[in-house]
Order: sequence, then C-alpha cells, then structure tokens
Amino acid sequence: MKKDILICGVGGQGTVLASKIIAASAMEAGDLVHSAETIGMAQRGGPVTSHVRIGEEAYSPLIPFGSADMILSFEPAEAVRNLRYLKPDGIVIVNSVPVKPVTESLMPTGYDGTEMIAYLKKKCTCIVVDGEALCRPFGSSRYFNIAILGVAAASGRLGIAKEIILREIERRVPAKYLEANKAAFQAGAEIGAQYEVK
Amino acid sequence: MKEYVMGNGAIAYGALKAGVNLVSGYPGTPSSEIVETVAKAKPEGVHVEWSVNEKAAMEVAAAAAYSGARTLVTMKQVGLNVASDPLMSLAYVGVKGGMVVVSADDPGPISSQTEQDTRRFAEFARIPVFDPSSPEEAYEMIQDAYECSEKYATPVLFRPTTRVDHAYAAIDRPEKFEPNRVSGFIKNSKKWVIFPRLSFANHAMIEKRNVEIGEEFSSYRFNTVEGGNSKKAVVASGISYAYAKEFLEDYPDVKLIRIGTPYPFPESFVKKALEGVTEVLSLEELSPYNEEQIARLCGRNGIVLTIRGKLTGDVPASGELSTNLIAGILRKYLELPGEASEIDVSDAPELPVRPPVLCAGCPHRASFYAVKKAMKGRNCYFCGDIGCYTLGNAMPLDMCDTCLCMGAGITMAQGFTWMDKEGIGFAFVGDSTFFASGMTGVVNAVYNNANMILCVLDNSTTAMTGHQPHPGTGRNMMGDIVEKVDIASVLTGIGVSKVVTVDPLNLNEAMGAVRMCADLPGVKAIIFKSPCVAISKPVGKCHITGGCLNCGKCIKEIGCPGLIRVNGRVTIDPNLCTGCGLCSQICPVDAIQEVTQ
Repeated sequence: MKKDILICGVGGQGTVLASKIIAASAMEAGDLVHSAETIGMAQRGGPVTSHVRIGEEAYSPLIPFGSADMILSFEPAEAVRNLRYLKPDGIVIVNSVPVKPVTESLMPTGYDGTEMIAYLKKKCTCIVVDGEALCRPFGSSRYFNIAILGVAAASGRLGIAKEIILREIERRVPAKYLEANKAAFQAGAEIGAQYEVK
Repeated sequence: MKEYVMGNGAIAYGALKAGVNLVSGYPGTPSSEIVETVAKAKPEGVHVEWSVNEKAAMEVAAAAAYSGARTLVTMKQVGLNVASDPLMSLAYVGVKGGMVVVSADDPGPISSQTEQDTRRFAEFARIPVFDPSSPEEAYEMIQDAYECSEKYATPVLFRPTTRVDHAYAAIDRPEKFEPNRVSGFIKNSKKWVIFPRLSFANHAMIEKRNVEIGEEFSSYRFNTVEGGNSKKAVVASGISYAYAKEFLEDYPDVKLIRIGTPYPFPESFVKKALEGVTEVLSLEELSPYNEEQIARLCGRNGIVLTIRGKLTGDVPASGELSTNLIAGILRKYLELPGEASEIDVSDAPELPVRPPVLCAGCPHRASFYAVKKAMKGRNCYFCGDIGCYTLGNAMPLDMCDTCLCMGAGITMAQGFTWMDKEGIGFAFVGDSTFFASGMTGVVNAVYNNANMILCVLDNSTTAMTGHQPHPGTGRNMMGDIVEKVDIASVLTGIGVSKVVTVDPLNLNEAMGAVRMCADLPGVKAIIFKSPCVAISKPVGKCHITGGCLNCGKCIKEIGCPGLIRVNGRVTIDPNLCTGCGLCSQICPVDAIQEVTQ
C-alpha cells in the first residue's frame, strides 16, 4: 500500500499523538512507514504539521505537493494552508472549530473559520466535523485527536483497519483516559461511516 | 528489535551499537533528542551528561577519547562555534578512542540564528565529516564514523540536518548495548600536549592523511551513483539526495551522484562518476560546498564541465530545500514538460498569521512587564538572549532590543552603557543560558566597573529545547539527584553588589526590585524565579467578574494568549489560563479574580 497522510493543526492540539498512532498502526499492518514532525519554536501556538508516508516508494520524510491521499486537519485555516499537499482526488477531514491566532485580541481580523470551510468545500472532497459537538460528551476538546482518527478509519480512505488503530490507542493512552478516548474514537467512527467508501 | 524512532534516536542507537562509552552535549534544536535517547537507553557503564555548554562537552569527551573510549558529543550548529576552540586544537592533537562530534545543521533556519554549514567547519578543521540522508542511513553511518575516527586517530564530524533529525523511521537495533572496553590513558606529553612544534608536524601529517581518507571515501558505501549514463547529471547530499531520488524515480535515465562524505572530498569517486557528463547540477542546502569542490576538481584536472547550483542561481542561495522546490529545479534543468498535478490555491482566502508567542501564564511575560512598567519613561537598553524569552520582543511587550548569541546580552548591556553613561543597561538571560555562557560576562562587568542590571529569568529548566535539566535543577542525565548550583550564590561570589530574588508573578514586589536596582550604582542582579508553566501544575484559573468595564487594558498591556475577546467581550480562555494572576494585577477595577484549585 502507498499512502501519504498529512496531519495539521496548531501547536498543542495533539497532532503528534495522532500521527504516531497512524504510523504505528500502519507498521502493525506490515507496511514500511516514514514520518516527520514540526518541533521547536513553531510549537508555541504556531502551525504544526506531521507527514506520514506509508509504502516503499517514499524516500523523503516530507510529502510532496499534490501527493497526500488524506489531510487530517484540526483547524479550518490549517487545512487551507496545507491544501497544496492534497492529491486532486484526495480527501480532507477537517474540524470546523477555529483556533484564533493569539494575536487576534490585539489585532482583530475577524477570523472565524467559516470562509475556510466554504473554500475547502469548493476545492476538494471533504468531511467537515464539528469538533466541539463531537467532543462535548467527553468534557474536553483534547479528545479530538483520537476522534478524528475514528472518522478517518471508518471513512475507509485511510486503508488501516479500525481494530488495529484501536489496539494502538490502547497501547499509548494512559489507563485513566482510555475509556473516554475509545468512546471518542467510536463517536468519530460513526461520522466517518456515513461517508464510507467501499 | 525494530523500533520506530526519530532520526536523533537512530543516531543515538548507532553510537550505542558502536560501543560508545561516554556521551556529552548541550541542548539545541534540532540535536537535543540524541543525548535524551542515550540517557533513556543507558546501558551499564556508559556515562551520559548534559554539559554546561558545548565547549565543556567537547573537552570532557576529548579526555575520554584520549583514554581509548568511544565518545559522542552532540550540539546544534551554532553550538559548534562555542566548541570550536577545543575542536580546532583537537584536530591537531588527535584522539585514541573513536570520537564523533554531531553538529546538527538547521536549513531554513527553522529554529536557529544562522544558516551555517558544518561541512565548511570540517574542511576548516581538516577533519572528516559524514552527511546522512535518512534516519536509517544515520544509524549505519555513525558506526562507520567511529571506525574512521579510530583508524585515523582523529575526531570526526557527523552532520545531520533538521529533516533527518526529526524524521521518523523503523530502526532494527540490538535489544542490549555493550560499551567498549576502555584501554586507559597512557601519558605522553609529546603526544597530548599541544605545542607549536607538535602542531607543525601534525599539520603536515594531517594534510597527507586527508588525501588518503579522500581516497578511502572514494569507495565508501554511501557515496553512490544511480540511474543511467545521461550527459546531464545531478549531485546531491543529505536530505536533498532523498528529495532528488524521490523525484528521479520517474526518470531512471538521469545519473544521480550522492556524496555521503563531503570532506575529505572523495575526488576519485566523483571524477569517475562525472565521466561522460557535460553538465552537472548540485542540489544541497546551506552553502554551495559540493558545487565548489567539483569546480576545484575540474580545474585541477582540466575537466570541461558546466556546473550549476547555488552559484549560478539555479538553486536558492538560502533557506531549506523541499521535494517541491527540487522537483521544480529538476524539471527546469532536465527540460521536462508538465507540472505535478495539484490543487490551485491561488484564490485561497487570507490565512491567519500565527507567530510564536510566550505561553499563557509564562512567568517571563510577568518579568518583562515588571521591568517595562518600572522603567517607563527612562532611558534603557533591553538586551535579550537565546531562549523562549527571545519572544519578549513581540508586541505588546516589546522588551528585547537586541539578541545576538548565547550569553551576549550580559556583555552587550555593558557596551551600550559605556557609550551612553546616562542609559540603564538591562540584560535578560535564562537560567540554562546563564550557566552555559553568562557567568563570564558577569565577571567582566564586575571587573570593569560596569553599571548594569542582570535579570535572570529562572524557570528551573531549559524550556525552549524541551525541558532539559541544567546545573541549577539538582538533577543530571545519569539520574542522580545532585547539589543545585545556586545562581544567587554564584552572583554574590563574583561580587555583584546587589542580588535580589523576586516572584515575577507578584507585580508590585517585582517592580519595586527593578526600581531599587535602577537607582543603585554598579552591577546588580534580579533573579525572577517562577517555574515554567509547561511543566508545572497550574495553580488555578482566573475569571472575570461582573465589574469588568471591557476596557481591554489586560489584553493590550500583556498580550497573554489566554485573554481573548468573545463577541466583543474580554474573556479568559479556561483551556489556556494557568491562574498566574498577572492580568488580575493589571485590571484597573479589580474585575479579574484568581481562583485556586
């Protein structure tokens, strides 16, 4: 299998864990995996991306433009920022909840994400997920990184079985938070199933 | 066993597999995870340390290498500048056990001051350098680097770049590592004491030896030629090789020459690889190193060849390369039709800018604000330094007039006030940077009768690079609990006339200390002590009461990301607020309350 998956968001949203779970699941499924993370100064409130490359053909840790099969975006504008990476027939799964830039209160721009979502819908196949509504039953938006994996897995476009991903989640999430994370994954999967490609 | 690790982890495992006995370094992105991986895997008998700075790390490792141990020293590229004094001399003296110095370059630069190229340093110091293009290769290559170092009794440089350091791959590594047996130091002052006569003799030996190493490198396994016999060839190294290889998969006729050992340049190999080639394009980041080496090689051998790269403007002179940039450059060079199919985003709405900022609740914000308020209207020089607190330059704090290199703020504050005796020189330095290269600057100030105020922003960690311990934290990388080096005692010992410690989150107290110090002569120091919020438990949360006038003073004065406007009203984001209470001390009508948890 050859798949390029780009995960993006804003520093602190938990994108790294999502990328690690995808990479580990693909390896568990027997594939060769490479990935790359944003680390350093950019982490502090800046845009972050993880590139996950599954398959023999990937030499570079970074996905070329026009090559990602899937973009998992934790934030509307970040999906647009990284849209050039998407294959023209790729899919974007995006959280509709905006993260305003930290400078927004000082220099208001009125950014609220709606323009970004409208643009994405015009440009590509996308599944828009209301992260706030999705995570509400679990009491924190921190579960979004696991929930979005549920959406991706159940959409059938990730190419990795749900069970394998669930096993990786069990392996990596502390016991205290495991039940809530599994429920978040399941809630995401229910959304993903509505868009399932067979 | 297979483990999915970061490039830096692969480098650490490679060194451990080579039987490394001692590992030292100083944190710096993108190199920090190497020492951390070793400390985590720590086999019995291996010494691992965060040294106080790169120079110390180099010297600790040098002595171990004199003793026949295999050693690893790690740093980022600007760290190599700090360690260059011992390295330059060590290149003449040589070593006994294998010594590999990892200097991680940062094209972009993504989180560094410079776009310097460690390959140039290797050529300058006349020592070999290895340039890996992937984590898997780094794992293999560093083991070769130890062989090379021991065979030629020389320190060897190993130069990964950010994209190799921070890439992840599965490494097949042994479950257990065995350190080498250390033969011990054999005294011989003719060998280990550097004198002009020794340097003269060894210089000649080194130049002769480097020709030999270049010859040996010419058959090295990571200097390779792939593709067909095209007249137009491509030379690449490091991550640029990975980018080029991926693009050229679809064009198997193009000759791709990869250079894994930039110095001593593998001349015979390159000469042979260039047979039948009329034009060559050099793909490399940072400086046109390979490009210039090829030009020299052609000049010396009367080879007629068009050489393209950075010097001809075909490759950008600065910034990092990428698969996309290289694809574009190669399409043009090889005159290939068409473009990659991608979504046209030229009509995308304007994207929000997300500059890095100090975290919500960061005590540095409070320290800067206290100095700013206390010194309002006075003639001050605010000298910054390297660390999270460089972000104090951003609006609305705007408290960083200069930032040059590690520790420079302390000495620069002195220089400014020598030229403007009415001015008040402030230096802001973090605790880790203070130990790394701040202390000598304080001695300079005391000795030369300077007038300055040193502000040590002590958050008890090395925050920017990922929270490494340092001499003030009471922990080391061997897992020992050690005596904390007390910054106040150090300053008092040096002879700083006034040393006060304050909690920056107590605004009045902090401002009082600043005012007092500003009116005293000589060298004064304020230690702003409060832990980094990224690794301490929040004390509570702030919330806004009914009395809020919505004046927005809190937002405009301190720019904390936890203070936002929701539907026009000033609001506290409960997901970000740590309850530091700085905003509550600024509110003109006491409408912000701290609630402890």
